[in-house]
Amino acid sequence: MSTDRGRIRITGFDADRVESREPLSDWTETRDTGTEGRWVRAWREFRRNRSAMLGLYIVIVMSLLALFARPITIAGVTVQPFSLAPYDPGAILYAQGLDVSAYEAPSLAHPFGTDGSARDVFSRVLYGGRFSLSIGFIVVLVTAAIGLVYGAIAGYYGGWVDETLMRILDLIFAFPGLLLALIIVAVLGKGYWELVLAFTAIGWAGYARLIRGEILKVKENEYVLAAKALGARDRRIIFRHVVPNAIAPLVVQASLSIGTVVIGVAALGFLGLGLPPSSAEWGTMLDQTRQTIVQGPGGSIPWWVTVFPGGAIFLFVMSMNLIGDGINDALDAQEGEDVARGGEV
Amino acid sequence: MALLEVEDLTVKFYTEEGVVTAVDGLSFHIERGETFGVVGESGAGKSVTALSVLRLIEEPGRIESGTVRFDGEDLLSMSESDVRDVRGNDIAMIFQDAQTALNPVYTVGEQIAEAVRHHLDYDDTAARKRAIRLLDDVGIPEPAARYDDYPHEFSGGMQQRVVIAMALSCDPDLLIADEPTTALDVTIEAKILDRLEHLAEEYDTAIQLITHDLGVIAEMCDRVMVMYAGRAVEKATVEELYYDPKHPYTVGLMSAIPRIGDEQDRLQTIPGTMPDLVEVPSGCSFHPRCPFAEEVCTRKQPALVDPDTGDAVGLSDRAAACLAYTGDLDSELDYEVEVTGRDAPPSEPQSNSRIHAPDAEQHRADSDPLPADSDPVGSDTDLLDQDDPDEDTGGQQDG
Amino acid sequence: MSLRRFIAVRVAATVPILFGVSVLTFALVHLTPGDPIDQMVALNPQISAAEEAAIRARYGLDGPVWQQYLTWMGNVLQGDLGTVISVDQPVLPYIMARLPETIALGLFGWAIALLIAIPAGIYAAVNKDTLGDDLSRVFALSGISLPNFWLGLMLILVFALWLDLWPVLAPDKPLLSADMLWYLVLPGVTIGTASSATLMRVMRSSMAEELNKEYVTAARAKGLPERTVVLKHVLRNSLISVTTIAAFLTASIFAGAVVVEQVFAWPGLGRAFVGAIVGREVDLIMAITLFTGVTIILANLLADIMYAVLDPRIRYD
Repeated sequence: MSTDRGRIRITGFDADRVESREPLSDWTETRDTGTEGRWVRAWREFRRNRSAMLGLYIVIVMSLLALFARPITIAGVTVQPFSLAPYDPGAILYAQGLDVSAYEAPSLAHPFGTDGSARDVFSRVLYGGRFSLSIGFIVVLVTAAIGLVYGAIAGYYGGWVDETLMRILDLIFAFPGLLLALIIVAVLGKGYWELVLAFTAIGWAGYARLIRGEILKVKENEYVLAAKALGARDRRIIFRHVVPNAIAPLVVQASLSIGTVVIGVAALGFLGLGLPPSSAEWGTMLDQTRQTIVQGPGGSIPWWVTVFPGGAIFLFVMSMNLIGDGINDALDAQEGEDVARGGEV
Repeated sequence: MALLEVEDLTVKFYTEEGVVTAVDGLSFHIERGETFGVVGESGAGKSVTALSVLRLIEEPGRIESGTVRFDGEDLLSMSESDVRDVRGNDIAMIFQDAQTALNPVYTVGEQIAEAVRHHLDYDDTAARKRAIRLLDDVGIPEPAARYDDYPHEFSGGMQQRVVIAMALSCDPDLLIADEPTTALDVTIEAKILDRLEHLAEEYDTAIQLITHDLGVIAEMCDRVMVMYAGRAVEKATVEELYYDPKHPYTVGLMSAIPRIGDEQDRLQTIPGTMPDLVEVPSGCSFHPRCPFAEEVCTRKQPALVDPDTGDAVGLSDRAAACLAYTGDLDSELDYEVEVTGRDAPPSEPQSNSRIHAPDAEQHRADSDPLPADSDPVGSDTDLLDQDDPDEDTGGQQDG
Repeated sequence: MSLRRFIAVRVAATVPILFGVSVLTFALVHLTPGDPIDQMVALNPQISAAEEAAIRARYGLDGPVWQQYLTWMGNVLQGDLGTVISVDQPVLPYIMARLPETIALGLFGWAIALLIAIPAGIYAAVNKDTLGDDLSRVFALSGISLPNFWLGLMLILVFALWLDLWPVLAPDKPLLSADMLWYLVLPGVTIGTASSATLMRVMRSSMAEELNKEYVTAARAKGLPERTVVLKHVLRNSLISVTTIAAFLTASIFAGAVVVEQVFAWPGLGRAFVGAIVGREVDLIMAITLFTGVTIILANLLADIMYAVLDPRIRYD
């Protein structure tokens, strides 16, 4: 070692030598992590999640069962000829000359038993999925769309626009959702589209607030500022830059709230304010059966009329929530993607 | 017996991407009262080493093997409650980012006092008094009034002072400082390091200083360990490391330091980046970035050896891990260390415009307003604080 | 801004919201064709048109909607919430008679939710990815997915009918009797389950997030026992986000009461509300809706105050 002290200069560490030579080994700096988009990666992540996939399969099977439960005819043309349900869900079986009475316990012929009007509960549960599932999906699509636009406008423009739109939201949030839905149904009357409207009216506010928050976060990002600086139009900025980045939490929220809507629809049915009393909607079926539990039709309790329709709601909502959780995890996992890089904690 | 002896430490993280060997067969020791530098790029395993010493590695990480002897006792085989008696009491830690290391919902005083109450069995009043004295020691003005302030009411530099006070609260024998000034402005960095050096001296505390800044090493440390990809590649005293670097990686790091007045057209850099520790290059892990590498470097992993003799070394010897010293390379490591301007004021390798010198006496005389032997700290607190008005009086953040 | 001033401003801000709620509800209810008088007339065909008009005038149901609203508003400001027409009783005592039952139910549900959710959430976060965490996840998901009316029916089926531990329906007794309080367990559990599941998930995730922060490592590096690290340092930070959710649950607990009271024939406000909807009791619908609105707003205000107490970083300016 030199005994001199002073300014140190090192020469001879020649970086060019590394760059110009043939690689000594086949080790490469960047491993191929793929260039696929975030949704593709999310889907791969989702598929690895067994409980979420189980939920997805159950939802698909239940949807197919509901679809193929009875034939569908549109304007006299049968577009769906299959009939998985053994009986017409509305048919009173002894009236059709069959040897069936009310409240028959589950058997091979009637796996879920019969109800107080001697209707086949199994057929009704299969068919009833049509109401809950379709209302759930329609409401979530419509509310998410409304909330997206509303929240995007409030969040992007800010100022008095935001202020006004947010006060309207406060108004909606001051009602417990179910109360407002009840009032609306009381005004509009019972029926399928009335339910859709009632749940849309209460459902959009949550999305609007969520999207607004996301937009506020995204808005300050550099690429948005850059787009603005380049003179892009507002609408273009919102839909090309801001919305795609705010969409992930929207998807999570939507998948989780289908279950909420389905429960809400069933709750109104249970209160006798959903669909007409004879319809096979799951909640409405339970409204009919509450009396059987409360009074007990002479000794034996027909538990099956309560267990199966409610179980169907539970199974569907649970599966939807598993899916929602899975989506949440899959989208979350990406954000922590470079966790494994290096050992620094 | 050294204060801390780490032998053959291996730490792995079991991530979804694969097994990351963050620390791989690492050995080093720290003597009582000395300042030991650990230098390397981020991802070299410096922080993991620090956390391993305190046994604070969390899932999915695991300490696979090795011993960590503190005062002769192996921390890795102790019971959890015995280790807790060491943490904060005998070995304390200073974190990189004070803002995240402080709990936002408790006052800074409470966060210092709780360790005092816990380890030293002080009652509330005594712990409070001690915490206030510590706040004063680290240079926080009006310590009694600031005791009840929350972390967000302090500036970044002041927060870091609080973290240092927290670490010193139980008078530890070893202070592990993990990049203590990386998050701070250069001017504040100098003050904090100064203060740390002083306090370590006053409390007779050894420091394990982790940094990626060779300038900080030059100013503070006695001995240095250079880490690359989870292993030690060179160990030396500060003087040896600067004037006679032995490992190509150290040489690269030193070449990469920009110097005022250099005629070079462009900054010399080490090509490439630290490898992803999931898949470390074969042989010497530095070979893809090393201008002196030969074919043998891809096959043979170099051991830490005495660079003069090529023999295996003990815990404390000067060592470098390069095949050049075991006679495996065909050609020489053809770099040169020139020392120029012997008569000019000493100026050292530096990462910013501050002046550092390994020669501590001279450095103090040049850049420190205090005489080098002016202790105790209590008396010079006021002196030091006078010259950093922007930080100390501007400590209160608005918000 | 001081906390007191903040509260005053927030309370003042609720006035326009409550006004909006009342206008919206009033408008909705009056869009409906048909009112209790129509039903009365339908049941008693001998009522003449002149008599019908007189009855309407008596209940303020003649004149255009805005006029009816103003009349209603004027009365409310004087403390007159109107009349429950079917029983010809003023709204206020009618509500007051049922309020304690609903409050008891709500508080019981709340207590169950908190008692289960907080410890279970802490446990799950600390023991992440263990069997206990998985079980708590299953519980949370099931709790959220269970329709409360079905859960209520199943509880009656199992505990009242099969095991015979409870009567099937709420006994017709005063609230503070042993029978009623014992019976409260069933609807209380029903109403608390969903809330506790939601709260537990929030607790777990916020706790898990906090556990990853560096101040936790710093606290451990001080040598504090793990119990202190979790229950002192982590818990207080996690509770900050949990408080907001807990306040929001007030709304869902009230909505739950509407359904659950129906299942168990619990004589509270929720059941009265369903009755009001079915019977188009305008004044009663208005009063209960406004009452709920006030409760929810107060709960959110409470959450804000709790927030300030727990998080020193929050300043109201």
